[in-house]
Amino acid sequence: MIKTGSQILVDALIREGVEFVFGIPGGAVLPLFDALFDSPIKFILTRHEQGAGHAADGYARATGRVGVCLVTSGPGATNLVTAIATAYMDSIPMVAITGQVKTFLIGNDAFQEADTIGITRSITKHSYLVKDIKDLARTVKEAFYIANTGRRGPVLIDLPVDVTMEKCEEVIPTEVELPGYKPRYEGNIRQINIAAEVVNSAKQPVVYTGGGIIASECSKALLELAEKGNLPVTTTLMGLGGFPEDHHLSLGMLGMHGTAYANFAVTESDVLLAIGARFDDRITGKIDEFAPHAKIIHIDIDPASISKSIKVDIPVVGDANNILQELIKHIRFVERKEWFQKINSWKEKNPLSYNNADSVIKPQYVIEQICEIAKGNAIITTEVGQNQMWAAQFFTYTKPRTFLSSGGLGTMGYGFPAAIGAQLGCPDKIVVDIAGDGSIQMNIQELSTAVRLNIPVKIVVLNNGYLGMVRQWQELFFSKRYSCVHLNGNPDFVKLAEAYGAAGFLVEEKKDVRPTIEKAFSIQGPVIMDFRIDPNENVFPMVPAGQAIHRMMIGTMA
Amino acid sequence: MRHVISLLVENKVGVLARITGLISGRGFNIDSLAVGETENPALSRMTIVVRGDDAILEQVRKQLGKIIDIIKVIDFTDEEFVERDLMLLKVNVPAGKRGEIIEIVEIFRGKIIDVSQKDLVIELAGAEEKLEAMVNLLRPYGIKELVRTGSIAIGRGTK
Repeated sequence: MIKTGSQILVDALIREGVEFVFGIPGGAVLPLFDALFDSPIKFILTRHEQGAGHAADGYARATGRVGVCLVTSGPGATNLVTAIATAYMDSIPMVAITGQVKTFLIGNDAFQEADTIGITRSITKHSYLVKDIKDLARTVKEAFYIANTGRRGPVLIDLPVDVTMEKCEEVIPTEVELPGYKPRYEGNIRQINIAAEVVNSAKQPVVYTGGGIIASECSKALLELAEKGNLPVTTTLMGLGGFPEDHHLSLGMLGMHGTAYANFAVTESDVLLAIGARFDDRITGKIDEFAPHAKIIHIDIDPASISKSIKVDIPVVGDANNILQELIKHIRFVERKEWFQKINSWKEKNPLSYNNADSVIKPQYVIEQICEIAKGNAIITTEVGQNQMWAAQFFTYTKPRTFLSSGGLGTMGYGFPAAIGAQLGCPDKIVVDIAGDGSIQMNIQELSTAVRLNIPVKIVVLNNGYLGMVRQWQELFFSKRYSCVHLNGNPDFVKLAEAYGAAGFLVEEKKDVRPTIEKAFSIQGPVIMDFRIDPNENVFPMVPAGQAIHRMMIGTMA
Repeated sequence: MRHVISLLVENKVGVLARITGLISGRGFNIDSLAVGETENPALSRMTIVVRGDDAILEQVRKQLGKIIDIIKVIDFTDEEFVERDLMLLKVNVPAGKRGEIIEIVEIFRGKIIDVSQKDLVIELAGAEEKLEAMVNLLRPYGIKELVRTGSIAIGRGTK
């Protein structure tokens, strides 16, 4: 059948099972939007391309499907850059389609031209500039395949406007042929056997897991492994929800703002079993003192993650789920009484805590209330900074795909648009963006999107009037010289919500926290809750940058 | 340490940019880089010579393996291989020295491919050290211009 490039693209998206596309139209994508006009794909018009990218990302994280965004050339594409980088750092499957000027104008400084492929080269898993309409259908198929296999990530398709207007006979590709791309899924059996033996003979083992558990959909296998082997489990920020935090084997999160007991346990471990985690600097702290006595086993789908920052003793490359299924067979229950006594005494001595008070609202208290009221049916998204760390620490995550946060890139402005995408993908869940007063203003324009489509996300602004995490570092490491962190001139968030047509609530007293959250959750539309929290509250524990992770600041220093 | 990395890549637009971007993004200077089609015109072979810390280069090698358009990555460092570099060199010929220079070129089994009143253009292929040795011998006469292709390498025998 003869079709236009636009029609070929839209039909290819439908074949990939795409339900939503997020984005904004513009000159170079007009033919595409014309083809979308009567397609079954629901186009979610955001108010900024960054919002579209994060919404596609949030949809992907919440559902496990590929997030798709579509924007115009030039500024449309450059506005999308932060969202692509965010997805890349956290290995999130995404296909980003950007319009491009006509093929013969490329490189000509044409109107709304940018070298999108060049700009995004280091933040995409792969990218395509489609100059021939005959390559289009195959390109889309390859893009989805690459984005959603192996170590997942964003793939960009740059599409010149003339290619979308040309016509040709559509050839539907049946198979993907990529000689240079062969992700490895099965782990080496010998390595798995060695790993099992090492774990079985460990006296003080710790399992350390990351986002790979969620990407590989193997939280059940992880639970089985931990219970069968009697192994304590700590997760990274990206791994939250991969192991139930209310389980007696859970150590919570490790790293810079991890629990004291997780960091102590990793430091004293004799075997560290890392699964789908990449020994990021926020986890390891000072490399030389990270798990100094441990034999390190590393299970990861990406061979480049092995021994990147920490030397690994037993690498196993492959899909975490496949490897865990095999590993479980060889794991034995070992009691390890002394090790658990030690861990329990750390838990008793240094629990996650804060000084609750009645005179002020503590952010941790707000998060605990959300956790109680949502009763396990919530998806939490976060912005970046103190709000993100409190949300990680004081909400009890028990299921995968319930904590969505920009872990690698640390993108402020991520949480709200991501919540919109997550809510579209999971209409029956309560989706809550835990934000700060700084970060929420970085993509506040998406309130229009949420109101117009009645996407009932709940925004919790932990309002301390500061860029709080930066203020905390200035307090602790820069002699309280508070440089450019006071957010004078914050808007009235209630009026702002109302201006957009959303509901807004101001909460200044602790007694109003719970009733307000309950009320907000019962509203079938977007709500902003402005909690005026203790402006001096800090995130603890904290490992100072570059310090060993067992040398953390436990309580309030100020 | 010096590493000779051989890449089999798809002969497509943008592949070179991906590779050089990845290497330079990690702070390595590329000593030399040679690209050309293979026996299959859909594929190209690149030979890259870089120097650096072994652990970091191991990381670069793994990252190169992740580029979709790269089909194969070989680090020749721990393997048996042969390596050749082609050089064109324009050397100044002082009065009465032409014979001396030609003698040096012959010892190295180079070729003289252009002659004029005041200079000679010499072609020499070989391993890096051989090229450097001749350059050092010719330096006193005055080297006017020097161009090199960069190393190309191939493994010995069959595997």
